[in-house]
Amino acid sequence: MPLVTHARRTRRRGPRRFTRRDLAVIGVLLGFTILLDLFIIWGPTVASVTLSFSSWDGLSDLSWVGGDNYDTLAGGDYPPFWPAVRNNLLWIAFLGLVATPFGLLLAVVIDRGVRFSRFYQSTIYLPVVLSLAVVGFIAQLIFSRDQGALNAILGNENNPTDWLGDRDLNIWMVLLAAGWRHTGYVMILYLAGLKAVAPELKEAAAIDGANERQTFLRVVFPTMRPVNVVVLVITVIEALRAFDIVYAINKGRNGLELLSVLVTDNIIGEASRIGFGSAIAVVLLTVSLGFIVTYLVQEMRGEEHR
Amino acid sequence: MTADATATARRPAEARSGQQDPAAGKRPRRGRFGVHIFLGGVSLAFLAPLLLAVYASLRPYEETAEHGYFSFPRKLSFDYYRQAFSDSEMSKYFVNSLIIAVPGVLIVLFLASFAAFVLARLRIRGGFFLLILFTAGNLLPQQVIVTPLYVMFNRIELPYWMSESMTMYDSYWAVISVNVGFQLGFCIFVLANFMRALPTEILEAAVVDGAGVWTQYWRITLPLCRPALAALGTLQFTWMYNDFLWALVFISDGDKLPVTSALNNLRGQFFTDYNLLAAGSVLVALPTIIVFLLLQRHFIAGLTLGSTKG
Repeated sequence: MPLVTHARRTRRRGPRRFTRRDLAVIGVLLGFTILLDLFIIWGPTVASVTLSFSSWDGLSDLSWVGGDNYDTLAGGDYPPFWPAVRNNLLWIAFLGLVATPFGLLLAVVIDRGVRFSRFYQSTIYLPVVLSLAVVGFIAQLIFSRDQGALNAILGNENNPTDWLGDRDLNIWMVLLAAGWRHTGYVMILYLAGLKAVAPELKEAAAIDGANERQTFLRVVFPTMRPVNVVVLVITVIEALRAFDIVYAINKGRNGLELLSVLVTDNIIGEASRIGFGSAIAVVLLTVSLGFIVTYLVQEMRGEEHR
Repeated sequence: MTADATATARRPAEARSGQQDPAAGKRPRRGRFGVHIFLGGVSLAFLAPLLLAVYASLRPYEETAEHGYFSFPRKLSFDYYRQAFSDSEMSKYFVNSLIIAVPGVLIVLFLASFAAFVLARLRIRGGFFLLILFTAGNLLPQQVIVTPLYVMFNRIELPYWMSESMTMYDSYWAVISVNVGFQLGFCIFVLANFMRALPTEILEAAVVDGAGVWTQYWRITLPLCRPALAALGTLQFTWMYNDFLWALVFISDGDKLPVTSALNNLRGQFFTDYNLLAAGSVLVALPTIIVFLLLQRHFIAGLTLGSTKG
């Protein structure tokens, strides 16, 4: 009982429960963290949106151009834009429809309990710890035209396929490499999710006469809702963030254009078009915000149950 | 941690249901063989690119150029590794990576753990809003913030002893602060969830004894968070070490690049020796692979703490 009254008293009196020293500690440390977050993340986000309505090279005077940058993007006056959008969408689709389900399948198979599951788990997970830039370099060993391992396996040295040079093919090869890394990530998340599903649920479903597939689809998968949301968000965000891997291969040109590459090109390229680069960044922001909100709603709903 | 507990609790239940179900005895055994072929095949396929990189890095270019990567090796040597270290000065870039990642991880863990402590334990006004602010910030694509940061860092002047370039641009301060700022959200989110699951009695006892906020945080809460901090530390080190974009954009002096971004230097202007590149890739991947193999448990705990709430 004393605890309860104590809690109520502190709640009512509010700030009084902290001494001056406490307030100073909180103010300095939490204040610094908040400022850093605003300085590095939210300030620049707002600035990106603002700059997207301007034309600026970073040195001379900034001029406001309204929606001109967006007109240029949509109107096709900037050729790499639509291929980049297409590649980003392909990236989302490939990770979401191939790599993620494959990771889930692996998690389900491993979770059923086989021997050496530790070994399988570690090997499949290993690519996740690699930098995407390293993944890009390793992809070149496999897919390069003259010495690549893939052409050697196929035995077509006389008429070699340029897997990374052919602009109709290369995006698929890069997606394979990206999927290599994504699958393990999804698998680990689902393995944890599957472990958290109460075995009673499965037993109840089995008693009711559900077979294994029905149990999984109707009982186990829906109860993993929080993990599903995390996986969905990670999949989309990873696809929108994709950059290192194509940059390591050919700096994101010739069929490997991505929105992230175009943003970077517009600022560190010779023509420093900051307003225009920001407009592309805002396109990225708009797409990702939808998923960020979905995720937060899910998270905060969980918070209320606490 | 909870996952471990439920997993062990489940074992007996599984065994029981196995006995009760008469069909269970037959099916798994037939399926088991197929499962091993499937998982073994997938594991091999996942491992193959890495093994190929190691194999290629040990062989001279002339040999693989003539006979391809699948030929029988005539000569195996560590020449390319020697070359990477002597000609390309990989050791310098490794040091650069440590200069960025070690302070980065320590600072982000310190700031995030205190913020998480305040948000999870002190119930200040607006705490919920702050949590949303931090969490959402971590999910933004990097390119959304990269342009204004680039402009800003070019304008922030630093004294010479802090940055040879006299600006925040082209200095480790830029890369470290962006790494820290960008990872804050994830760390705060994970640590706040972890701290909420800790028993409140110890903290209440400390408050009764007159412990201030700092003591409650540093002496009482933080030691209890050791598993979460180990997990996050492992994960954050890997992520900051693996970072490619921030250093690429914010550092112009090639000598200051971290090793992940410097890998591009091994590529020649007109001719790329892929075997040298393979050696470089293996070298860059090695620290993260070692960290992963040694601290696998922490690594996986770190990722799943964020998704299943500890």
